[in-house]
Amino acid sequence: MGLMFKDETYRGDFTFYNSPEAIRHFPFPFHEDKYMYAVNIEPHAPGPKGSAYEFPIDVDEHYVADMKDRAIVLAEDPLRCQSLPHMITAEWDLVELLMTSMSEAYPEHFTLTRNGDAWHWINRPLGIDDEFTFGDTSTLRYPPMEYITRQCQGDFCLLDQRDGDLWMDSGMVTSQADWSLDFDIGMSFKEWHAPVPLAHEVGIFDRALKFLLAMQIGRPVRRLNWTMTINPRLDTSPENYHKWGTDRTTVTPENVGDKVHLRVELQALWRLPRSNAIVFSIRGYLIKMREVATIPKWSRRLHRVLKTLPPELAAYKGLTRYQQMTIDWLAKHDDGAPTTPGVWPE
Amino acid sequence: MSAPAEIRVRVTEAEAVTPAIKRLKLVPVTSNALPDFSGGAHTVVHYTDGPRHVRNPYSLMGSPFDSSAYQISVLRVPDSRGGSALIHDSVNEGTEITITSPINLFPIDRRARRHILIAGGIGITPFMAMTAQLDREGADFQLHYAMRCRDTGAYWKVLQGLYGHRVHTYFDDSNQTLPLTRLLDGQPLGTHLYVCGPAGMIDWVLKTARHAGWPDENVHYERFAAPPPGNTFAVELAKSKRTIEVGPRESVLEAIEAAGIEPQFLCRGGACGQCETAVVCADGTLQHNDHYLSDDEKASGKKMMICVSRFEGARLVLDL
Repeated sequence: MGLMFKDETYRGDFTFYNSPEAIRHFPFPFHEDKYMYAVNIEPHAPGPKGSAYEFPIDVDEHYVADMKDRAIVLAEDPLRCQSLPHMITAEWDLVELLMTSMSEAYPEHFTLTRNGDAWHWINRPLGIDDEFTFGDTSTLRYPPMEYITRQCQGDFCLLDQRDGDLWMDSGMVTSQADWSLDFDIGMSFKEWHAPVPLAHEVGIFDRALKFLLAMQIGRPVRRLNWTMTINPRLDTSPENYHKWGTDRTTVTPENVGDKVHLRVELQALWRLPRSNAIVFSIRGYLIKMREVATIPKWSRRLHRVLKTLPPELAAYKGLTRYQQMTIDWLAKHDDGAPTTPGVWPE
Repeated sequence: MSAPAEIRVRVTEAEAVTPAIKRLKLVPVTSNALPDFSGGAHTVVHYTDGPRHVRNPYSLMGSPFDSSAYQISVLRVPDSRGGSALIHDSVNEGTEITITSPINLFPIDRRARRHILIAGGIGITPFMAMTAQLDREGADFQLHYAMRCRDTGAYWKVLQGLYGHRVHTYFDDSNQTLPLTRLLDGQPLGTHLYVCGPAGMIDWVLKTARHAGWPDENVHYERFAAPPPGNTFAVELAKSKRTIEVGPRESVLEAIEAAGIEPQFLCRGGACGQCETAVVCADGTLQHNDHYLSDDEKASGKKMMICVSRFEGARLVLDL
């Protein structure tokens, strides 16, 4: 059975919402009633059917709308997609990874036919049918990374590995939680993580970097990160802060359920075969408080997590202004009952 | 994540390329294709024959564009701990062995406008894969390959046939010396240097390049130390509450593995840092043989790379 792609918006009239299936598909990030920053890296292994982890690259009902939103962002700001010249091999590695994953997981929507370097790619939801020569950039309408990431949900960064470090030398970043590729491009692993509070002191980035440098082909890993977003906006970039920053002043006790969204990033990393680079994918999922409340365990837990969140983290995530209103709204959906361990609905 | 993923392979070709070098072609036993890899990657070969045992890293020397088979070259080391001799003696066409998924600790720096590859002896193997990749990608490269003599040098004719004037050979017995100083002089900005070979050669190249003003970031090397032999010593493992004896010709890592414990590792040559182990107590002298820990870390006595480093003294306790 194919997915039903919705016609919806992440700006203007904000018609985005989740169907009941999409709510259950949501990668709820809290496995207990409190939260502290952690490396929390695990193998990116297939998860339960219907979950966001079922396939290596997740495509869901928001696919077509996500890709439309990306095209709008790129038309306004082409610097959201940048790639340093030495990353071209990694770009082709990414084309192979995404086309292979998408066509194997969703054959009714995507088809890849390979005959040596002669490739044929069909993307039915977006109406694309292209033949091209793998490795020959002149045969695609965009450079390889841009071509394929205009057709894949989530942001993508390609990290070059050299001198015992990782370097953010390439990326397609249009749906980010307040960070900028244009600012970070060319930075090392610790440079681009510099703004994160608390984690440096406990050595989290030393351990994470050492782990990532040793990543093997065919053994992808993932972690979750989260924040909150007012209105269902994919593009909450520093470049557009003037458009979305003031959204945070519009939250009232009456509109929390519809305006406040939990934003979860499913971050996955793969070693790329021929470039030895790493792809870092950041797939953002949004869910309204009203939708969270349809899963009793999740609303109980989110209420308790927000109540006990360290203030530094609340400030870093930009929640301070509406945190209490959200806690008060969620309190009505928390009867104090104990929650079961793990992230899955009861 | 613990030890790397293992793949069962069958030897389909075993060729004595020279009297001391055996080339093995490896194909997967249960699938059609091996994982893709990049030039400079290595695999760890794991093979047991009765009491004899080998678990050594070897560079992948086939083309990165052929995932149907891997190729490695094994040099028989005369005073070796027996690993390379075991492969020479017992691994033949049809033998099944286990290898790890490839890891690249010696990758091509793709910012380079020119690549100068310097090989000594068996150090040619990572460059076999690198030249295949650089050639296909249309990169500017040259290979400088020093050997003892024409008979014991491997693959130089093949490489000359493939890459012509881009391959420069130097034979000791003809008094040909690699003209390193001249080679390093006058290279365009953005040239990168790669060296793999005997320890003395790597030291010579690194020192000469630094003296000539080359930035460290432009100089790359692959240095796998074989675990050196030494005296027998005991290791107490604090977490597993066991005491293991490390024999004169085995490493701490090998002794621990023989006891059924599987610590993390990747290169088994003191280069990658994965087997870094905290030292709980060392009443004696840690013999650091790795190229990973900094001098300060070595002096602190708090860490040890168990793949190559040894100990001499009264008591060693590791956090394992």
